[in-house]
Amino acid sequence: MIGKLLSYDPPKSRVLGVVLAIIVLGLALAPFLFPGAAAINTAAKICIFIVLVASYDILIGYTGIVSFAQTMFFGIGGYGVGLSLYFLGPTWPVLALGIVIALILGVALAFVIGLVSLRVKAIFFAMITLAVASAFLILATQLSELTGGEDGRTFRVPELLRPGTKLLEAPLFGLEITGRIAAYYLVFLAALALFLVALRLVNSCFGRVLQAIRENESRAEALGYRVVYYRTLASCLSAALAVCAGVLSAIWLRYTGPETTLSFAIMLDVLLMVVIGGMGTLYGAVIGASLFILAQNYLQKLMGVASAATEGFPLLPRLLHPDRWLLLLGVLFVLSVYFFPTGIVGRLTQRARK
Amino acid sequence: MSVPVLETRDLTIRFGGHVAVNAVSTGFRAGELTAIVGPNGAGKTTYFNLISGQLPATSGQIFLDGEEITALPPSARAQKGIGRAFQITSLFPNLTVHENVRLAVQARSRHAASLTRLWSSHREWIERAERALEEVNLHNQRDTLAAALPHGDKRKLEVAIMMALEPRVFMFDEPTAGMSVDEVPVILDLIAKLKARGDKTILLVEHKMDVVRSLADRIIVLLNGTLSADGDPAEVTASAAVQEAYLGVAPKRGAAHG
Repeated sequence: MIGKLLSYDPPKSRVLGVVLAIIVLGLALAPFLFPGAAAINTAAKICIFIVLVASYDILIGYTGIVSFAQTMFFGIGGYGVGLSLYFLGPTWPVLALGIVIALILGVALAFVIGLVSLRVKAIFFAMITLAVASAFLILATQLSELTGGEDGRTFRVPELLRPGTKLLEAPLFGLEITGRIAAYYLVFLAALALFLVALRLVNSCFGRVLQAIRENESRAEALGYRVVYYRTLASCLSAALAVCAGVLSAIWLRYTGPETTLSFAIMLDVLLMVVIGGMGTLYGAVIGASLFILAQNYLQKLMGVASAATEGFPLLPRLLHPDRWLLLLGVLFVLSVYFFPTGIVGRLTQRARK
Repeated sequence: MSVPVLETRDLTIRFGGHVAVNAVSTGFRAGELTAIVGPNGAGKTTYFNLISGQLPATSGQIFLDGEEITALPPSARAQKGIGRAFQITSLFPNLTVHENVRLAVQARSRHAASLTRLWSSHREWIERAERALEEVNLHNQRDTLAAALPHGDKRKLEVAIMMALEPRVFMFDEPTAGMSVDEVPVILDLIAKLKARGDKTILLVEHKMDVVRSLADRIIVLLNGTLSADGDPAEVTASAAVQEAYLGVAPKRGAAHG
């Protein structure tokens, strides 16, 4: 059963399996285990980014396509749903309509970019995606009548998912079951399903050809695989997954704006998550996204504690001051790339193989 | 005479002012093993690249079963039955030996690009790949990454990939180059068995004249991109063109007259 769900591609090392199980359980029970708005926000963000990072890994890790337009598709999902709900009202059919529009737009755009530019050399393709993504970001901020410009749009979601909605009379295990909890579980279950779909994709016959293309394009072509077809389809599928992640993000935040979905800062974060977790393995997306977002949210607090604890030592409290958290994150990133060039999952898998 | 399976007509490629393959017209029949010989830089590998589609022809035509394939991409030619083993090994370095071969088996299946089927559900691909590995004596390394194989084994894997592809036209580009002496017979036996099946068209670029003489039904000689001799092995190896190609001198004509 579990084997089938995981497309017969379970984690290759026991440590990895345990860590993944802890993450999934932690996310599944997050509202009960870690009460408070900040914690559940972090958990939802992890779920959303696992999907986004997985979609990016299909491109960069499995197919070897370097693109910088992944946040554009993330944004298309966010704006598609956000603007639909904003203009047409917070109902389920409108939400569905928004998803369909965003998917069509995202996949069509990925198809066109792929058709026009996947034949050119990798570096030019990366440049083209960068240009298109910049254009889209500018478009989204300039069309302020429609998109709300820099401020973005705050909108309402269907009633079931609103924080004010009470779903159960009595608290469950000490937790008020509100629409917020429903929204969290919608995000969690959708993310889980999308991740399993992505896993299925990379383990399909199609997915194996993607790896062949990454490894040796001309050899794959000489075996009879039409490389342009595989690359274009991979781009479209990856875009569709990123759109879905954007939809989840919009549903969760009830807001869509350039900073939260389209910015290059997010693109960079996604890139780091893929590298830290391990390229070419979807489990890396889970580890990378979880670690990175946890560090982003809790490193400052942890440093505050450490800074206070080292009071009296020279220099240390200053270095550990919460304001230096980006510095420490940078150091952690450099160390992780230095010690785990194949990512955490790559490292664990190598160890298990020995 | 039977019709050639593969045929090139005035096949030419020019790189700037240099004509690497110059108006080569010849055909290759089923069941026939043709060795292509010539000195380094004669255009043998370039000729192969034109046939399998890695390079576009400047002029001339290529026919497979009478159908013109000159403008088709390499993937379409492969699907029509042209199989190519490369001189400089061309593998999937970070995939295992078994995966390398399985991808060749998969390429022939109508489920090759399926999004809904798992690769692991195709037992027959896995088994066929294992047989191809046994044929070249690589089955003990099935889970090694291709990049980690020693040079000779990489060459064997290159051949195994083509065997698994089961093309109708086999193109071997110096299959035994860089192999140790005890490994060479495995590959030569394989080619001999292939030939014995009688329905395959085999093209072989090879430098070792003893190999060529023992395997080939026919030898063609390329010199500076031009077809300069074509005939049965005994005849061609004795000819002036080959002497010149390999010894750098024309045989002394005067000597024959005393």
